Amino acid sequence: MRFVDEFREPDLITRTADEIRRLANPKRHYRFMEVCGGHTHSIYRFGLKDLLPSNIELVHGPGCPVCVLPMGRIDDGLSMAEQPGVIFTAFGDMMRVPGTRGSPLEYKARGMDVRIVYSPSDALKLARNNPEKHVMFFAIGFETTAPSTALTLIRAKAQGVRNFSVFCNHVTIIPAIRAILDSPDMRIDAFIGPGHVSTVIGCRPYAWIAINEEKPIVVAGFEPLDILQSIVMLLRQLNQDQRKVENQYKRAVPWEGNRAALRAMAEVFELRPYFEWRGLGFISQSALRIRESYAEWDAERRFSVPGVRVTDPKAAQCGEVLKGVLKPAQCKLFGKECTPEHPIGALMVSSEGSCAAYYNYEYRKAQVLPGLSQIPLGV
Amino acid sequence: MASVVSKNRFRDPQVEMAHGAGGKASRRLIDGLFAPILFGSAPAPLGDAAHVDVNGTCVAVTTDSFVVKPLRFPGGSIGELAVNGTVNDLAVSGARAQALVVSYVLEAGLPTDLLEAEVRAMAAAARTAGVVIVGGDTKVVEHGKADQMYITTSGIGHLIPGVSVSPAAVRCGDKILLSGPIGDHGITILLARGELDLDADLRSDTRSVLPLVEALAETVGAGIHWMRDPTRGGVATSLNELAHDCGLGVLLSEDSIPIRDEVRGACELLGLDPLHIANEGQFLAVVAAEQAEAALEALRATPGGREAVLIGEISEQPAGAVLVTTLYGGSRIVDMLVGDPLPRIC
Repeated sequence: MRFVDEFREPDLITRTADEIRRLANPKRHYRFMEVCGGHTHSIYRFGLKDLLPSNIELVHGPGCPVCVLPMGRIDDGLSMAEQPGVIFTAFGDMMRVPGTRGSPLEYKARGMDVRIVYSPSDALKLARNNPEKHVMFFAIGFETTAPSTALTLIRAKAQGVRNFSVFCNHVTIIPAIRAILDSPDMRIDAFIGPGHVSTVIGCRPYAWIAINEEKPIVVAGFEPLDILQSIVMLLRQLNQDQRKVENQYKRAVPWEGNRAALRAMAEVFELRPYFEWRGLGFISQSALRIRESYAEWDAERRFSVPGVRVTDPKAAQCGEVLKGVLKPAQCKLFGKECTPEHPIGALMVSSEGSCAAYYNYEYRKAQVLPGLSQIPLGV
Repeated sequence: MASVVSKNRFRDPQVEMAHGAGGKASRRLIDGLFAPILFGSAPAPLGDAAHVDVNGTCVAVTTDSFVVKPLRFPGGSIGELAVNGTVNDLAVSGARAQALVVSYVLEAGLPTDLLEAEVRAMAAAARTAGVVIVGGDTKVVEHGKADQMYITTSGIGHLIPGVSVSPAAVRCGDKILLSGPIGDHGITILLARGELDLDADLRSDTRSVLPLVEALAETVGAGIHWMRDPTRGGVATSLNELAHDCGLGVLLSEDSIPIRDEVRGACELLGLDPLHIANEGQFLAVVAAEQAEAALEALRATPGGREAVLIGEISEQPAGAVLVTTLYGGSRIVDMLVGDPLPRIC
């Protein structure tokens, strides 16, 4: 399969892992944060940690849109699903995320009209096909998904589809990275920059990380070789005492980003003064809301939502895990009350959530396999 | 048994789609509610068919319901699935299907030509599989209370001589065979729903696996220790059940598992693991190591078995779990399906 197999080629992977071992100074410890949940997932799925020397620590960042959404927003969205005549639509990732009174799937089982869509334009199509209903799309995601929401709203307006609205929960990545760097309990040596977000915003917005914070950052793709190569690039920068933004994911990320996508976002969205993030608290100018000119399609304006702040279950330490302060397994609930089957926090739900990735690939392996390396595989 | 029952008791407050997905939640529902109440105690490991003694003759019996949406899809339809599904459940329990009975739940307003097409599809599938349909029942519910049609088939069969499969027969070192590429059915259904703007030249793999099972039985007989058709929950779920039931480990080598590019591509795009995707015309067999080569040859020499492969082996560790190794030496545990990424696929 093209664009996949080349980046999973065993020989290249082994050679890149060797290069990492050669470049890493055995006398120091490296803490690299992969900002994006997609990277976290790949790192666990492909067992990349097995290939790294023990002094390179990968710290999972906040780049999982489902995970950073506070429970109150999920409740707000679900309160709309309870209105008569409303079809609640969301991406599959959202469906098992717990709100105070259950997840969207549990609402569906109780008879609410809850549907999975694969893109916001599918939700718009649903609205056109069901003129007697109101279709609400629960929009989540960083700059990766925000343009498709924006384009859908532009289309809804142009086509005059009035039984459609968007509950906008889009967030932006730069303020989240800033919040991490401002956090006093955080020490990061360098960043593996988000790949998908950067296809939209490009590499320029990361310049301050290199210049002001003096941390190297390499925008990376999601295949095993991409991630390993980005680690090589970070180590080379550190060894040569350089601090710059580099682009490993050139096959998808233009340095300047995607101007058409940015234009669509600017047409539809404006920055919120502040927005609450799970674990990171209120961050100013960190999220998008729908502009006045699209008010008619703004679910927050159309529906009265409770807007209540809901704190996470006391024992759950999602916030600390999200900031990279705690490893997933260090949370008191991990693997006990909180499992992928019975998630307490969103980090255990989304495939990009570090708890789910860690549980599925690493934790169970450690549980069942104390001596993994001794097992001969004769097949 | 009271303590066992209370420990496993099914505590979920309501039934959800995941309980019918064939993965973890289904298993909890069966172990925690159906089995203790219906069977009185924790049952023997749950197989695809039960073997019942009728006046000294052992008979295999099983049942399966089909709620697939859409009714017709590339490579098959609900009627064909309903016959093949039950024939296959009997086959992998080591039995040759003899007779089926069928129940229809129909939604008022269902066009007759749709119904007739499915009845004809069933007749054709039964002829191909060499089984007779001997009776049935029909219920009709109000429009809107069911989705077009649901079909339940129940079948009986007689045991194939010399074959006795059970997780208890599985030994360390046994080899795991797979009859062909995985994930075709699940991904075909997903694409047939038209919810994704994806096109792929892909067909459901629905078919009777009985000829392949019989070829295997003829060649290695008692050397077959366990069989399963990996339908809902996919290969990962079937092998996790095996690991759980026999207390041994399952080792798979990822690159030996055949997956068509179309299936891999769709799975990569959607974030699904092909090992969790349903199949309707493949089966897994655990065979004695020394007979594995002969077994594989027998499968490959049988029509429809050309793509059969050896995908792994049974090992002491990781006890009760499935471990997949990748080409470059990484490894990962593969769990049963959690949740339900693709509802109503069969």
